[in-house]
Amino acid sequence: MIPAAFDYVRASSVDDALRLLAEHGDDAKLLAGGHSLIPMMKLRLAAPAVLIDIAGIPQLDGIAASGGRVTIGALTKHAALAASDDLRKHAPALWDAANDLGDPQVRNRGTIGGASAHGDPSADYPAVLQALDATFTLAGKGGTREIRAAEFFLGMFETALGANELLTRIAFDAAPNSAYVKFHHPASHYAVVGAAVVLTLSGGTIAAARVAITGIGDAAFRAGGVESALQGVNPNDAVAVKAATAGAARGVQARADTFASASYRAAMADVFAARAVAKAASAR
Amino acid sequence: MAFTTMVGARIRRREDPRLITGRATYVDDVRQVGTVYAAFVRSPYGHAKITSIDTAQAKSDPHVLAVYTGEDLHHAHNLKASLPVAHKMPDLKTPPHYVLALDEARVVGEAVAIVVADSPYTARDAAEKVVVEYEQLPAVVDIEKAAAGPPYVHESLGTNVAFTMPFSAGDPDKAFAEADVTIKQRIVNQRVAPVPIEPRSMVASYDAGMQQLTLYSATQIPHLLRTQLAIALGLPENKIRVIAPEVGGGFGAKLNVYAEEVVVSWVAMQLERPVKYIETRSECFQAMIHGRDQIDDLEVAAKNDGTITALRLKITANMGAYHQLLTPVIPTLTMLMAHGCYKFENIAAEVVGVFTNTMSTDAYRGAGRPEATFFIERAIDMVAQRLKLDPVDVRRKNFIASSAFPHTTATGLTYDSGDYETTMDKALAIIDYAGLRKQQEELRKQGRYLGIGISTYVEVCGMGPSAAMPAAGWDSATIRVEPTGSITVLTGVSPHGQGQETTFAQIVADELGVPIDHVSVIHGDTDKVQYGVGTFGSRGTAVGGAALKLAIDTIQAKAVKIAAHQWEANPDDVEYRDGKMQVKGDPSKSMTTAEAGFLAFMGDKLPPGLEPGLDATRRFEPPNFVFPFGTHICVVEVDAQSGEVKFVKYLAVDDCGRLINPMIAEGQIHGGIAQGLSQALFEEVVYDGNGQLLTGTLMDYAIPHAEQVPHYELDHTVTPTTVNPLGIKGIGEAGTIGSTPAVANAVIDALAPFGVVHIDMPLKPEKLWAAMQAVPSNGSVR
Ligand SMILES: Cc1cc2nc3c(=O)[nH]c(=O)nc-3n(C[C@H](O)[C@H](O)[C@H](O)COP(=O)(O)OP(=O)(O)OC[C@H]3O[C@@H](n4cnc5c(N)ncnc54)[C@H](O)[C@@H]3O)c2cc1C
Repeated sequence: MIPAAFDYVRASSVDDALRLLAEHGDDAKLLAGGHSLIPMMKLRLAAPAVLIDIAGIPQLDGIAASGGRVTIGALTKHAALAASDDLRKHAPALWDAANDLGDPQVRNRGTIGGASAHGDPSADYPAVLQALDATFTLAGKGGTREIRAAEFFLGMFETALGANELLTRIAFDAAPNSAYVKFHHPASHYAVVGAAVVLTLSGGTIAAARVAITGIGDAAFRAGGVESALQGVNPNDAVAVKAATAGAARGVQARADTFASASYRAAMADVFAARAVAKAASAR
Repeated sequence: MAFTTMVGARIRRREDPRLITGRATYVDDVRQVGTVYAAFVRSPYGHAKITSIDTAQAKSDPHVLAVYTGEDLHHAHNLKASLPVAHKMPDLKTPPHYVLALDEARVVGEAVAIVVADSPYTARDAAEKVVVEYEQLPAVVDIEKAAAGPPYVHESLGTNVAFTMPFSAGDPDKAFAEADVTIKQRIVNQRVAPVPIEPRSMVASYDAGMQQLTLYSATQIPHLLRTQLAIALGLPENKIRVIAPEVGGGFGAKLNVYAEEVVVSWVAMQLERPVKYIETRSECFQAMIHGRDQIDDLEVAAKNDGTITALRLKITANMGAYHQLLTPVIPTLTMLMAHGCYKFENIAAEVVGVFTNTMSTDAYRGAGRPEATFFIERAIDMVAQRLKLDPVDVRRKNFIASSAFPHTTATGLTYDSGDYETTMDKALAIIDYAGLRKQQEELRKQGRYLGIGISTYVEVCGMGPSAAMPAAGWDSATIRVEPTGSITVLTGVSPHGQGQETTFAQIVADELGVPIDHVSVIHGDTDKVQYGVGTFGSRGTAVGGAALKLAIDTIQAKAVKIAAHQWEANPDDVEYRDGKMQVKGDPSKSMTTAEAGFLAFMGDKLPPGLEPGLDATRRFEPPNFVFPFGTHICVVEVDAQSGEVKFVKYLAVDDCGRLINPMIAEGQIHGGIAQGLSQALFEEVVYDGNGQLLTGTLMDYAIPHAEQVPHYELDHTVTPTTVNPLGIKGIGEAGTIGSTPAVANAVIDALAPFGVVHIDMPLKPEKLWAAMQAVPSNGSVR
């Protein structure tokens, strides 16, 4: 648990961070909450020569909800998300995930930007942000670009972030009928399976659904088959929901570890997707 | 002993304020001028020949003071570089266990070299510069494959079998021939890691002028460690001081003599600098001893009414690659406790110890007894299930009757005292067992699976008579009444969470009539405290506390003589009453222990022939072990969709004899249950076929978080023992021993409608889910 030597610099602004990134190149890593990066450094799985601390950049922290759109700064901490009434109202799926993530220490330091940029295949937000169809704003040398969640999470610890880019904010349309449920790994408490569901309800039935699953494959994914099967289903009809969520992980190469086999993980994707549908439809 | 305001009271632990305000001194808090830091180079392979070690690059690092390999240590003057194992088996194979691997590494994480540098960081960096070339050898991890061998862990032995120990009593063959039913089950008691919050930690320093070695180590046995260091290093024992400061959890894993403790001490002598080594969590998973890891092949003979008549048992125990201090002893305790609290006479058993390319197993909270309790409590449930009897009735049928104590089992132990039925009945009443069974039946009809698990355990502790455990049987206590009236207690046990700074002070306060704040309890420093054995095997109070009671008796006897002399009374007419001395039946004159202590210090008013000073050192040799017992009842619900287990209730009714501080006893039970249920549900050390450790971090290896344990409901009964003068039994391990089978029985009971008879631990959701894919019986829907 003893990292290799590194230098440490503090960025004062987004531009400053980009300048430092350009200056130090591949040797550098951005440091936000440090709750994914530092554990890897302590195990010497990562050994960056320079850490560029972005945690103090003021403009990147905060949650804004207006006009049916929610915008979250990349440095917003899990604890802030977990305590946000706006989020509970407008995006309960993300609120669920923030409340169910890590422990108080992790939530008080880790950030939504870091959790997204890290691309951990068992992290919670990648599923939620895909179900919310969120847009990521990335700042780079030539300005900013925007990218949809579905194109952001590419693989295991792999995202669309360029080497010299900074994730600055995440935005999505309000999704009051949404939920996230999670099967905790007993040791890490990361998702063995996590299911995020956003529903558009019309009368008593589901008009449209977005469903995303984390913990199973190399990256979180949208369960397209389940999304279409859910159309027209009464979310309170357990039998119909169970039928619609069957095969949620179809076509995905499921991972296995000492806790759960690939086939069990895949089976749990169905179970947790169904639970998330019921929760998303329930009054909270 | 009429004056008991302290003993029995829920006094808050006196050790806690310093612990919870960060003022306690753990080994890593020990700061000495000139300290240098060690890092170990460890084998990345489960089994490999070491073909070369190149230390040149590491040695040329300007931060590095020294690098030593196994070869260096092996040739070092005076160093007996093989670690000790305590054993009594005549045929035990004890291959050399070098403190640094020599030629061959036999387990992942085995120390190959030590690097010493000017900071923990530079030491770790330099360790990566030591170039070791290995030639991988075939590894063996599976115990049964290893027993059949080759490949061999120690080629020169020509076998992986470390020992076999057969045992038989009564006529098991006849009992099996006459049985109405027999049950055969193979039960795997999986390997677990102790995971103390504080990993192994040590700092050694050598005063060359005084020729004095001082080792601070997070150990449970400072004196035994000192003795073993003297042997290993060839130093006079009076030139070694071992200090166990605050120790952050031991659970048996720090009841050992580790290679690192010897090497770090030796290096401190070479460099004449304090050398500190605090292992990382990853190293702790690899190189601290593990617990359990047995395959218990069980056969039970029973009558139709549930009476158990005989047991056949084969214990195949994983030793790991080498013996640590008690490695081969642990499974023999399992065999001795195979009876549980039941009275059958016929038993045929065999214990086989097997080497594999894994970390050594050794004492882990319960140490051999949890395995026995687990299989016998599972067996009772299996008999009940087969005969369609209530598991409560099968227990009742087979209990050793309360009138039958002391009771000698077929395996040769004499249980001191017990009343198993009263404790079970109390638990059943508290939890409303009948109501629970009704609820279970109703929920099953709705496709919900409630499970009720009972464990009626008995365990052997208060280790133990010297005849059974030479050099680890007795313990010691010194009491000094200081001139100004405060009392110093020096105890030979080495508490590290068990609370004896509080409980021992409670006893002294009552018996010697002083405010508890005037009593100071000192432990864990071999230069301060007379030789003592240490804290393990739930012996701290049952043996160390008993020694304290003897010292109190000696102090009181002398104080009485002093008081009698002042009053010109016959000492036989003076007694302690309510903590003070007085002439029998005459409360007009009294003297406190402190006053007697002052007179003993002044020396001028003592009876002729009586030595000045008021202090005493006594040792207690227990005539027997003690056998605490109890009933744990666990209620769970298992989700048929996912196999997730939810706790509904947990009740423990324990009996450890007289309680000195019920709150501390409860704390021990809480922690014990947490560790026991964790084995049932979560924990498992997994090596792959090459001996790679797959569960080497806390991200993979689950120890329970607060939200993963239930609310514990506790109660107790009191059945004293006559084994010690305090009438108490140990409680440190009982929670662990009692809880694992209670939880497993509950989970398996929940799955009974699916035809499940047994599932091996850990009872992970996936296993339960797989079992629940069967169509449930009794018409329940899923
Ligand atoms: C004990 C523990 C339990 C945890 N449990 C969970 C859990 O249950 N579920 C879960 O999802 N997560 C869990 N986490 C991870 C947690 O969510 C982390 O906080 C998060 O993954 C990383 O965020 P951070 O701000 O700490 O990022 P850091 O660790 O600082 O950075 C992570 C990576 O992202 C990069 N990065 C950070 N910010 C940016 C940015 N704005 N732009 C570009 N790159 C950036 C860094 O360079 C680095 O590569 C846990 C962590 C710990 C230590």
